[in-house]
Amino acid sequence: MDAAELEIIDADRPAPVSLNFKRGGAWCRYYLLPLVVPALILLAWELLSRRGFIRPTILPAPSAIWLTFKDMAISGELFGHLKTSLVRVFQGFFLGAGLGIAAGILIGLSPTVERALVLVTGLLRPIPIIAWVPVLILWMGIDESSKVTVIAIGSFWPVLLSVIHGIRNTDRKYLEVARVLEKSRLVLLTKVVLPSALPSIFTGLRIGIGIAWMSVIGAELIAASSGIGYMIMYARELSQPDVMLVGVVSIGITGLVIDFALRKVESRLLKWNVNICG
Amino acid sequence: MAYEEARPLTISRLGKQYHIDGGKVQALTEVNLEVGSGEFISIVGASGCGKSTLLRLIGGLEQISQGEIVLGDEPIRGPKVDRGMVFQEARLLPWLTVQQNITFGCRSGLPKAERERLVTEHIALVGLNGFEKAFPHQLSGGMQQRASIARALVNRPKVLLLDEPFGALDAFTRIQMQQEILRIWELEKTTMILVTHDIDEAIFLGDRVVVMSSRPGTIKKIVPVALPRPRDRSSYDFVQIRKDIYSEFFGEQQKPFAYAI
Repeated sequence: MDAAELEIIDADRPAPVSLNFKRGGAWCRYYLLPLVVPALILLAWELLSRRGFIRPTILPAPSAIWLTFKDMAISGELFGHLKTSLVRVFQGFFLGAGLGIAAGILIGLSPTVERALVLVTGLLRPIPIIAWVPVLILWMGIDESSKVTVIAIGSFWPVLLSVIHGIRNTDRKYLEVARVLEKSRLVLLTKVVLPSALPSIFTGLRIGIGIAWMSVIGAELIAASSGIGYMIMYARELSQPDVMLVGVVSIGITGLVIDFALRKVESRLLKWNVNICG
Repeated sequence: MAYEEARPLTISRLGKQYHIDGGKVQALTEVNLEVGSGEFISIVGASGCGKSTLLRLIGGLEQISQGEIVLGDEPIRGPKVDRGMVFQEARLLPWLTVQQNITFGCRSGLPKAERERLVTEHIALVGLNGFEKAFPHQLSGGMQQRASIARALVNRPKVLLLDEPFGALDAFTRIQMQQEILRIWELEKTTMILVTHDIDEAIFLGDRVVVMSSRPGTIKKIVPVALPRPRDRSSYDFVQIRKDIYSEFFGEQQKPFAYAI
């Protein structure tokens, strides 16, 4: 929906708790301030490296890492590994989150299903994802399917819990409105329960994709023949700290971009939710 | 479009009890009331007198313990779209726009064109033209309540149940909404049952004011309001009726106070 339509009667609306972007000072503080601290850290790191306080074989200077990054970006090596890892993440995440949503709806709506599964979920949930890696390699080998499964397990739990939580927290007042209007169970689910659970579900999806991204790296570090995790392990064997750090930093940046994208989708989908800004 | 013929609502020997911590709490006993079609009934009472429970029983949201409620010739067993309900909080679904919320009020199975026509008509009825695409959080409290009234009326119910609908609004908006509901009632001729703790509101709107007592929750008195509309809140007759109802609540307590002086 465009802004004009939304601003019909903004006079009645409480002022959002965000900063006023029209004022230049606030704009600077919002967009530039987050960049200051990283810039200072990089500067100090670079200076200390040049003065010889940091050994380049342990921690190369930012400029050296940047050069390696450029070389690897141009040769396509970095993006090749990145793409492999990302494809695994998306496959695993869609599988895990899809199952999480489906199971969450079933458990959230039916106390019987919840009771029947209470021990199974209680026992499986605390198992660290990494503990599954050797087991899954035994079952599926070291190629794609074992990685995808690890990621699916990792993203399944937060999504499952957030869906159950969201469904349970549906305001009884809205359920009553639907009862008065004689709505069917399907309409109740799609028009009332799920929309009201959506903010909670999104929180679960964001945590889930974060875990998915961590799981793929974990799985690749243990056993793989491609992917960012594999690249880091291989660089360690060849004593290439700059390559390792390029890998580590790319993981962070990719995670940031994914979360940012998901937040954009969220604020678009949940524009009715007054608690979300931007 | 003509309404389904409105038929009277009969409440006979109605009782309701709740089970709390193993004990029984009698919320309502021996409630008898006949509401004519097209009538505007106000129910007043102190909090805890069971007036909201009575309304929820008519709405079918609670199970009847004793007696029965008959609408037309059909005993009430549960919620149904022939009884619309407006709550104190507007209870609009925050993820739907005004238009979508009112559409949500439509009974299922209506053809799309008919549904759209009804929704447009009811948006106009409550004076929300131009706000169709607004989300509830963008509306003031009074406007949210207008949308909620439209949602309840869109099915053309035989009875509209209003559960302290203006209780959360400021004094000015409340008076404005009272005039609005009167205008809608005169236009639509829906039977209305309004629960309130505001005695002025009850007299201003109702054909009859049902005064309820607490412990046991039952009807204490029914005061007819034979005043022409629009009613003047400061006219002699209005004030007399108000005194009458006040004395039902506070009469006994004022006397010993007077003796003490």
